[in-house]
Amino acid sequence: MNEQGRPTRLEGAMPTPSEVRTFSGHRGLDHDEPLLFESGRPGHCGVDLPAPSLSHDRLGGLAREGAIGLPGLSEPEIVRHFVRLSQKNYAIDTGLFPLGSCTMKHNPRLNEKLARLAGFADIHPLQPQKTIQGALALIEELARWLMVMTGMPAVAMSPKAGAHGELCGLMAIKAAIAARGEKRTRILVPESAHGTNPATAAAIGFSVDAIPATPRGRVDVAALKAKLGPDVAGVMVTNPNTCGLFEDEILAIADAIHGAGGYFYCDGANFNAIVGRVRPGDLGIDAMHINLHKTFSTPHGGGGPGAGPVVLSEALAPFAPLPHIVHDANGLRLVEHEADAREEGLNPFGRMVAFHGQMGMFVRALAYMMSHGADGLRQVADDAVLNANYILSSLKDVMSAPFGDTGPCMHEALFDDTYLKDTGVSTLDVAKALIDEGYHPMTVYFPLVVHGAMLIEPTETESKESLDRFIAVMRGLAGEAKAGRTARFTGAPYFAPRARLDETRAARQPVLRWTPPKPAEAAE
Amino acid sequence: MSETRFTKDHEWIRLDGDTATVGITKYAAEQLGDVVFVELPVVGKLVAQASEAAVVESVKAASEVFAPLSGEIVAINEALADDPAKVNADPEGAGWFFSMKVSDSGQLAELMSADQYADYVKGL
Amino acid sequence: MRYLPLTDADRGAMLAKIGARSIEDLFRDVPEAARLKGPLDLPRHQGEIEVERALGRLAAMNVPASAGPFFVGCGAYKHHVPASVDHLIQRSEFLTSYTPYQPEIAQGTLQYLFEFQTQVALITGMEVANASMYDGSTGTAEAVLMAERVTRRKKAVLCGNLHPHYADVVATVAGVSGMTIEIGDPVPGGGANLADAVDAETACLVVQNPDFFGNLRDLRALAARVHEKGALLIVVVTEIVSLGAVMSPGAMGADIVVGEGQSLGVGLQFGGPYVGLFATRQKLVRQMPGRLCGETVDANGKRGYVLTLSTREQHIRREKATSNICTNSGLMCLAFTIHLALLGEEGFKRLARLNHEAAVRLAEELSAIPGVELVTPHFFNEFTLRLPRSAQAVADALADKGVLGGVRASRLLPGRKGIETLLIVAATETNTDDDRAAYVRALKEILA
Repeated sequence: MNEQGRPTRLEGAMPTPSEVRTFSGHRGLDHDEPLLFESGRPGHCGVDLPAPSLSHDRLGGLAREGAIGLPGLSEPEIVRHFVRLSQKNYAIDTGLFPLGSCTMKHNPRLNEKLARLAGFADIHPLQPQKTIQGALALIEELARWLMVMTGMPAVAMSPKAGAHGELCGLMAIKAAIAARGEKRTRILVPESAHGTNPATAAAIGFSVDAIPATPRGRVDVAALKAKLGPDVAGVMVTNPNTCGLFEDEILAIADAIHGAGGYFYCDGANFNAIVGRVRPGDLGIDAMHINLHKTFSTPHGGGGPGAGPVVLSEALAPFAPLPHIVHDANGLRLVEHEADAREEGLNPFGRMVAFHGQMGMFVRALAYMMSHGADGLRQVADDAVLNANYILSSLKDVMSAPFGDTGPCMHEALFDDTYLKDTGVSTLDVAKALIDEGYHPMTVYFPLVVHGAMLIEPTETESKESLDRFIAVMRGLAGEAKAGRTARFTGAPYFAPRARLDETRAARQPVLRWTPPKPAEAAE
Repeated sequence: MSETRFTKDHEWIRLDGDTATVGITKYAAEQLGDVVFVELPVVGKLVAQASEAAVVESVKAASEVFAPLSGEIVAINEALADDPAKVNADPEGAGWFFSMKVSDSGQLAELMSADQYADYVKGL
Repeated sequence: MRYLPLTDADRGAMLAKIGARSIEDLFRDVPEAARLKGPLDLPRHQGEIEVERALGRLAAMNVPASAGPFFVGCGAYKHHVPASVDHLIQRSEFLTSYTPYQPEIAQGTLQYLFEFQTQVALITGMEVANASMYDGSTGTAEAVLMAERVTRRKKAVLCGNLHPHYADVVATVAGVSGMTIEIGDPVPGGGANLADAVDAETACLVVQNPDFFGNLRDLRALAARVHEKGALLIVVVTEIVSLGAVMSPGAMGADIVVGEGQSLGVGLQFGGPYVGLFATRQKLVRQMPGRLCGETVDANGKRGYVLTLSTREQHIRREKATSNICTNSGLMCLAFTIHLALLGEEGFKRLARLNHEAAVRLAEELSAIPGVELVTPHFFNEFTLRLPRSAQAVADALADKGVLGGVRASRLLPGRKGIETLLIVAATETNTDDDRAAYVRALKEILA
């Protein structure tokens, strides 16, 4: 018998993983990756470019002198560096991403493929217009879908993100008020609003007046009415709201603000819950931004780029910013200047961006919409709401849902930390324990109107089996916390590329870039 | 030196002649958590009672600090720029924010005593 | 529906668990009057084949920049993007991740943001940079608002040679917040007198370098004058590759540098998404808008990265935030970082040099054609020609010959006297000798 060969069984005492220190600093697949600046060497390069050959320049004596300090690395080193970095990230493609208010749904790859067609990706915004008719047609088609879905007569396509869309909508409101010869300076914003709402209103010179929430988690309509007056420019309401609830008195809110001569801005971040079911145009809304990166699945990309087209009512439509697209004898035409716009009977308040908006995102969003169609989009809302209610129903007996008894939620389920009272476990601890369970945490401590908020948005692209596994984990964690077994919480995460990071240190002595080591240290 | 008085917004003020030193209370510092930055007023600025005079930031929150009395800012605690942790370590001493020349010391009577403030905090 | 995992059986079981009779039950908070009764007036769902066919048809109606000789610039430039860039940014863990609010499982994103901030600071010659803005134009408006916060002054002066779209965005966004925006007259040959426009009420002077017409300018004397008045100098760079060949704005005295990063990694994309670069001096960092990534340590003492100084931001400060911005341009910022990493010091400088050479050669050959005058004496990879007739007619005629020869100045500066004959031309490393020859030949024919 041959007794040589690979041992197939472990023998002897084994240390716990934390006792093993590796020479490399890596831990198996978890590589500790240095900064580019620490790995690069002079003379290395990841591209092959021909040598310059002209003996004179026309830089007017402004040629750069000296080293910039950029590291040099070859292509394989660069590829490995960024692949290793990627492996330190959680993503929708790796697991359920129940981040409330953020709508982390599956990102179809067809959309990526189409956005990369040369006819979209490789065209210049200032090419002659006869060479980009297909691009203008795509923007028009996307605009049509958005208008039909929202029941609104116009849309401003250029804003680059949700917050940018808010800015656009409020500027349209400001312009409309000025056109009426009035001066209105106050905007009403519910306490539960996204932070961008008050920040946007303040950024363009409105004062912000907070409206309280009712015990049912909705805008206090009586309080809102009490704050109305001739100086109120408008109200900004998120619907469904940040507690995951439909504002059931929304028609009364619309009537009230219109009755006072103001406009109704709706934060459309949560449009995913109602697409195909409710048209904002039927709710009396004057302006609403649509986060293409939420409802319409354009990738979040680690924090952008987004896109935030704003649908507008008849009253606000003429004030939409440049550019506009019009149809004329030669086809589609960009209206890029105020004088041209006036000839078309428009009165734009200005321009939000250079060029024409987030074309790459437009292609992706339209591909998503066409893939779903009218039937699929309605199913999106239905399944998103069903999944969230399934989570709410499956967890409200072991966690605490402040509005769990007032009826169904919409696309996200809100919990607070009442169930953790006296356990020594906080909302943050639960979030970090979820990391060890292989999940991205839910949104925590938002909205501010409930204590220790946990906002769970599963989206429609999760299967029932996926939700069941997540529910089992949440129930398990709730049980552990209540049983006083807190060790798994207090040091969590244990199994992530990093343990909890010291945010105080980062903020007290900000280190915002790499700097070369001091010569003395380098010599060591 | 007079006794320390307190505001409902959790500032403390200590009057010495017509100059008063102002900071945030131990309670406020605990509520904020680790202070990471303090934005102080410029010396010479005139502030009205209850108007915003400074901003204190922790990792997760930013709060306005209001002038307990009306007056003119005469000095600021420059040490907080490099070491904002002083606000947590010694909020009512080395973690002071600014001092001001008080225009109406009569306003002081409107503020709480240490005992009153302790009761006020208990009720929060 | 291929993207929706629930089956009808799943839906039935879930409704039972919830205790609802139907899906409609879950929408009962929606007022009856506001419920959409029938389906939306839109087509039904389609498979990949149909969607690809429909959008492919629209794409085919456009003329891509790579289809022929291409010389269009003015704030967006055609550069070669190495193949590995687009591969890497499509890694699932980058593409489908969120803003790194949970740093323990987002170190990949955070580390590249830290590398991006370092790269931007280095090439602009500034001390710190943020984790990016939407694009150059919106970044410029944010820079002007920042100058207002820093100086507590309400007036901004924009050089007339700032990209007109940028000027419009500043006027729109900073104007509505209550600032006064003064925009100078365009001077196609450069050298406008700017120092006198800055006074004791001015928060900032905004200049673009290279400017809208392509001119390069030494800003050092201007910076000194601006600083004497207690104002900030904001330098806008729409062609970021220029920084491989040209003295950095930081070295010339800029207080804030705003850049459009599109040239590296991003591609043309008909104008967006792009990536805004934003850099400043350390002492102004707390007034800087946008996200910031910072270095720290974890509970085990290992180095790691977090978003920091977030108390400046909207989710904490709400109406007192430095800006309402809540995203950066994450994926484009990654593309930029990878492309610049591939280039490195040598590649970046060489790329810049090749761009400059392509433009110099083209400018010299085109301006040798009778009647054609080079307006911009010093430039990087973009220059302006004065043609003997309408630039619009010439550009159209060039397009008919398959040459996209530039942008007529009047497209962005309509109604201005004396610019109808100006054509703004960009050349990059992607232009071949044949492209250049085709341009020269076509222009000669048109003007003959």
